[in-house]
Amino acid sequence: MTGILFLEQLLNGLGFGLMLFLLAAGLTLVFGIMDVLNLAHGSLFMSGAYVAAQAHQQSGSFVAAIALAVLVTVVVAALLEVLLMRQLYKRDHLAQVLATFGVILVADDIVKMIWGPSPVMAPTPAALSGPIEIIDGLPYPAYRLVILGAGVLVALALYLLVNHTRVGMRVRAGASDRPMAELMGVHVGRIFNGVFLLGAALAALAGALMGPIVAVQVGMGEQILIPALVVLVIGGIGSVRGAFVAALLVGLVDTIGRAFLPMLLRATLPPATAADLGPLFAEVAMYALMVVVLIFRPSGLFSARA
Amino acid sequence: MKARFVLPLVLLVALAAFPLVAPLFGMEFYIGFVRRVLIMALAAASLNFILGFGGMVALGHAGFIGVGAYTVVAFADAGVMSAWVLWPMAALVAGLVAALIGTVALRTRGVYFIMTTLAFAQMLYFIAVSLRKYGGDDGYTLPARPELGLGIDLANESTFYWVVLVLVALALGWMHRATRSRFGHALMGIRDNETRMRALGYAVFRIQLVAFAIAGAVAGLAGALLAGGNGFISPGAMHWTQSATLVVMVVIGGLGRSWGGPVGAAVWLLLEEVLKQYSEYWHLPLGLLLIAVALWAPKGLAALSRKKKAVAA
Repeated sequence: MTGILFLEQLLNGLGFGLMLFLLAAGLTLVFGIMDVLNLAHGSLFMSGAYVAAQAHQQSGSFVAAIALAVLVTVVVAALLEVLLMRQLYKRDHLAQVLATFGVILVADDIVKMIWGPSPVMAPTPAALSGPIEIIDGLPYPAYRLVILGAGVLVALALYLLVNHTRVGMRVRAGASDRPMAELMGVHVGRIFNGVFLLGAALAALAGALMGPIVAVQVGMGEQILIPALVVLVIGGIGSVRGAFVAALLVGLVDTIGRAFLPMLLRATLPPATAADLGPLFAEVAMYALMVVVLIFRPSGLFSARA
Repeated sequence: MKARFVLPLVLLVALAAFPLVAPLFGMEFYIGFVRRVLIMALAAASLNFILGFGGMVALGHAGFIGVGAYTVVAFADAGVMSAWVLWPMAALVAGLVAALIGTVALRTRGVYFIMTTLAFAQMLYFIAVSLRKYGGDDGYTLPARPELGLGIDLANESTFYWVVLVLVALALGWMHRATRSRFGHALMGIRDNETRMRALGYAVFRIQLVAFAIAGAVAGLAGALLAGGNGFISPGAMHWTQSATLVVMVVIGGLGRSWGGPVGAAVWLLLEEVLKQYSEYWHLPLGLLLIAVALWAPKGLAALSRKKKAVAA
């Protein structure tokens, strides 16, 4: 019984972790290459979720909806890059925090104007709405399996792109030592544009995939942004491998903490205390993990600049 | 009288007269609003102390406001309503929490410092959410205003306003003096060149930690006043967007300018109040303003006036 429950939570944690990875991969590369802290990354996630929900409802095709969500978000990100991000490259982190926090405020209001203040319904594709029995006695929602599969595929593709192509080599060079890469003839500025748009596409994909299992509402970007930043910091800035490891770690710690910490506490503490502390420990787990990692490795697990 | 005392004094007199003048124009409602501005001015000034003067980009300052407010809640829930206990304890507890957090966070630099302070503030936020005894997510309604004794009735809006004004003015004056002291100059020295200050023999970590704890304590006092004034506090006041808003206030007002925090808080809250009356989409113009400030006035509004002076000189 507990074994099955554990397996189920393990899969949930991996799914959440993979989605966090899609968000953090873009963040970490943008940060690693251009030293730009983009708080509005969560807004791109929100854009993906809203466009996909609307397109899916109207067209009935989930795949087309995802494609459209990615396309629209990339166009928005291109506008954002040309109009704002370019001015922020040479500025300090504080100016970047300020400006991209401004983008969050603007994005939230624009979404509210288009879709209204209440949450939007993002349907699960009909073919995937039922459960699948993975092993005996463990029915698991088919849609969550799709998320897992998509996450693994994208992570693998990204790994191949970053580690085994010439473009990826240039990206890594830019992330670990930008001036040196430029002296060696890498067009870091142009690479960055590509990376920024790729990050936006991944964020939109995560938003579109997560839509049916979370609430599609204004503010969802701010909510997911903080865990994504935690992943970025734990993994080490500029490292896709670090982001991957940290994302799975955070996803598992968060999901398993939520499921099992309350249970563990109930076994050892009086019920009232356990009921108070359980949710608290579960929520705090990922932040505690980050603080512990930073105490022992002040620049994250796999910093590209180490 | 020296010229630099004139403007603050005029402002102080104007603010003190406000509760007497407001009813003549039917603006009693705004007594509470100006009180809130005063309290947020104090909170923003405390953040400016470490952010502007200390160069520490802390993205978790709303957490200390929350600690102060929830300290008041804890005492009020236990039946203690004396302001002489509530306010000093709120500052003390928030200062201690800040000292603890600073001990860990100040070992990191740059974006890691931003993220560590944010992480700790998130922990404080979730602690507040999990305190079911004090309402959890829904927040806590205080039974009454704190009691000051001495024949001063804080339940009266104007009286409470004046007490807040005196406290805020004293705290702002004290922090202003601190920035002009030896300690303040050492703090700014660390901001400008940490290595050199270390080489000169300054205890960099200790100076930063003391500044961080002071800022936390003042923010805690602001939280206590906020909770006392509104009669209500919820974890929402500690959400990370609140911390970001405080940073925004400081940058808009002017980083490391003695009036930066108060100017920023006043401008931001006034704009918010005015825009809310015209449109339900009041975040959008504020967001555009932020982007504009970040791009074209990175030193804040307080710096604009100084720039003019420099040109004239």
